[in-house]
Parts: sequence; structure tokens; C-alpha cells
Amino acid sequence: MVFIVNTEVKTQRQKKTINAILTRFPFCRDAMTTSPLLPALASRDWQSHPPYQAPGYKSTLTRGPQQPLVVVPSRLGEPSVPVFGLDGLRDIDRDLTRNARRNGEPLGERIRVVGRVLDTHGRPLPHTLVELWQANAAGRYVHKVDQHDAPLDPNFLGAGRCLTDTQGRYEFFTIKPGAYPWGNHPNAWRPQHLHFSLFGQAMPCRLVTQMYFPGDPLLAYDPIYLEVPEKARTSLVADFALEETREGFALGYVFDIVLRGPST
Amino acid sequence: MKPHKTEKRPCTQTPSQTVGPYFAYGLSPAQYGFDLPELFGPTLAGPDCPGEPLLLLGQVFDAHGQPITDALVELSQLDAQGQDSGRALHSLFRGFGRCGTGTLADGLYAFHTIRPGKALGQVASCLHLTVFMRGLLTHCFTRVYFADEQAALERDPVFQAVPEHRRSSLLARREPAMGAHAWRFDIHMQGPQETVFFDL
Repeated sequence: MVFIVNTEVKTQRQKKTINAILTRFPFCRDAMTTSPLLPALASRDWQSHPPYQAPGYKSTLTRGPQQPLVVVPSRLGEPSVPVFGLDGLRDIDRDLTRNARRNGEPLGERIRVVGRVLDTHGRPLPHTLVELWQANAAGRYVHKVDQHDAPLDPNFLGAGRCLTDTQGRYEFFTIKPGAYPWGNHPNAWRPQHLHFSLFGQAMPCRLVTQMYFPGDPLLAYDPIYLEVPEKARTSLVADFALEETREGFALGYVFDIVLRGPST
Repeated sequence: MKPHKTEKRPCTQTPSQTVGPYFAYGLSPAQYGFDLPELFGPTLAGPDCPGEPLLLLGQVFDAHGQPITDALVELSQLDAQGQDSGRALHSLFRGFGRCGTGTLADGLYAFHTIRPGKALGQVASCLHLTVFMRGLLTHCFTRVYFADEQAALERDPVFQAVPEHRRSSLLARREPAMGAHAWRFDIHMQGPQETVFFDL
């Protein structure tokens, strides 16, 4: 039989847990039979993701869980991720320079951000939702809680979304966000960044991340960025790409996003 | 759009980063009163949806027992028949919703939905929650089980995989003060009652 485990069973502890369950609850074997709808997924790669407890990022110390995660022995009953048609998604929402205009154009440097959404085998993920939000050119979010003393832009909301195309590609036009101060430590400034949210093929593939800009001097001081294991860190920094630039309109950046996918 | 950086070799997973404190206008704009259509909100089932109505509510607490008012909770679930509606969204029920903890009193989140059924072979019914917030560099997955399914819980492979002394953190309990269909599920990020989070 094949165990349906959402992560590859690697450690002795995981094997012990699953065997202990099967000994006590032999009928669970049926429930653990694999299903074509729920392919085994590559495990979450903790060599790529930042930890829950990150001393340099203060609020992790009171918010990041401290107990070990529990391995799920069966994904039976796991709902699939939501699927999107065109409902609710407006084409204009891939263009943040236009989707919230009131009386003119937003201020700031226009950029074009393109990339592909891939699984860990390099296979493109078509028709997957990409959500984006960010600060404006002055480093101010429209969120009511943001009290940073920098101007709001009446013609810029800073939120957009789109679906990837059949080749897994996405495209946004937006404004290069400003850096802004935050209270983590004295003279703390967040590097310029865009927030991304993606679903991938199954619930465990969910990813919320941030894209940074090449050459930003603040990256060297940013604990949120620096808590990412070193080998994976630079994958959060977009590439400047003259060939993706729209002449006379917006500078081009490329940011590919890799989500967990099937283990094989 | 031109193709770029085509890689056929296995790729490194893009690292997770915190959702930050200012996600609302991007991810839950209508709930927070921003002028952008909302893709997912806190209502998964309308009044005509088949099934037993369920108001799932709770708070998210930090290490000091303080309610967290800038968390985002996502709910995924099967419909009342145990069917996966995520692939066939219809008007009466959506299998996915979002609720931030910044609009109700005391940092409450609240989902209007129905009690989930069970997939074929599934033992105890459950809801799937994903939790995001400032101070979480990688999101957390947990499950909500129902305290009135005791017999099924004793046979449920996932619930039983949880160390016994931590299982109660996964139980929603009726909250009669909030109505006949209200269930409470608090999330404790740390402390003696730390909620069980799963390695999905």
C-alpha cells in the first residue's frame, strides 16, 4: 500500500508516528490510501523558508509558535484550493497605475513586474491567482493602521491581482514602492518591496512572500529578509531586465516564484 | 511577453515572508472598507445553503495572552455533504474564505459557513485554517475539530497523531452566548495552550 502523506516521510520520528497510528487504528490504512486528487507533495523546504523564532525580528518572539509542528498522517478530506474564473478579476487589476485613479496618474517611478510561477520541477503553473499589495512611492500604505508620516497618493491603492497565463506567466504594472521606517529596532527601515500571495496546486503549497529590488542597500540591514536561509535569500530579489522594460513607460523587473508541487 | 530564465532543473522553493500588518486592502479589501472588489470574504455560505449553519469565531492570542488584531485567518472546508466545492464554486457555498482580526471588537474573527461533511473514509469532520500575521515569517496550518464528535475523534488518524495533552487546542466548542450555531475556536500562538500547528 501507499501511505498518503503530504510530506515525504523522512525522519524516524515521522515514521514512528505513522506506524503507531496504524498499530492502534488499523482501519486507517484505507483512509491513508493514496488518491489521484491528492498527489504526494514535496515537503516544505525549511532550508528555504525562514524560522518561526527569529530573534532579529522582534515580534516573532511573541507570535511564532514554539512547539514542534505535528506531521499529518492523512490528507483525506483536504479541500482543494479555490479555482478562479474571470468573476471578480478585472483585467485592470494587473495595472496598479490605473486601477485606483481618481483625478490623475499616481506619483512615482512606473515599473513592470513579470515572472513565471513554477513548481519545484520547473513546471509552469497556469491559471493560478497572484495577488499583490504594496506601499506607494513615498513608502506609505493606505491601510488605516499605517501612521507613517509620508503622503498618501489619491490615485494609488497599491493592490492588484491577476491569473497566470497558460505558460504560468504573470504581469503587473505598478509604481516602485518607497522604503519606510518600522519600529523593530532603532533606525529600522524596510527595503522597497512588493507583497505577493499565491495558492499553488494544493493547500499546503500556499505562499505569501515579498519581492525585493536589486541593489537595495537596506537589504543588508533587514531582519525579515536576512532571516531567510542564505542559499535561498537572493531568490527574493528581482532581476532588472531591460528587455522587459516598456520603452518610454516603465522599467522592467523579472521575479519568478517557485511553489511546492508534486514530489515527483 | 517574452519567455525568460527557463529552468528545467529542480528549483528552490521561493521563501515565505511575513504578510505584514498592512495586508487588508490587498487580501480582504471589502471587510476593511477599501474600494476594491473582494475575492474572498468571511461569508462562505448564505442563508439558503444546505447544511447546518455554523458561525465560527475566535481570537488569536500572542505569548502574553493579548489578542492579535492584525492577523489574517483563511478557512478551507468541504461542504455539508463532504464534497470538495473548491473546484466548482456555486452561489450558495464557497469552500474558502478569509477574515482579518482587525474589524471586530477584541480582535475577533468570524466566519459564516456551514458545518462540514466528511469525505469518503474520513473519520472526524474538520475545518482547515491557515494563519498569517506580522511576526510570522511563515504561515501556520491548523485544523478545527468539533467537541461533539468525541467518538469519531477517538478514531481519527490525524487527531490521534497529535500528542494527547495538546489535542484540546484543536477543539471548537459551542458558544451559546453568540447564538445557537456559534462555535468558538481560539488560536494561541504560544504559551501553555499553544495551538497545534501542522507540518503540511
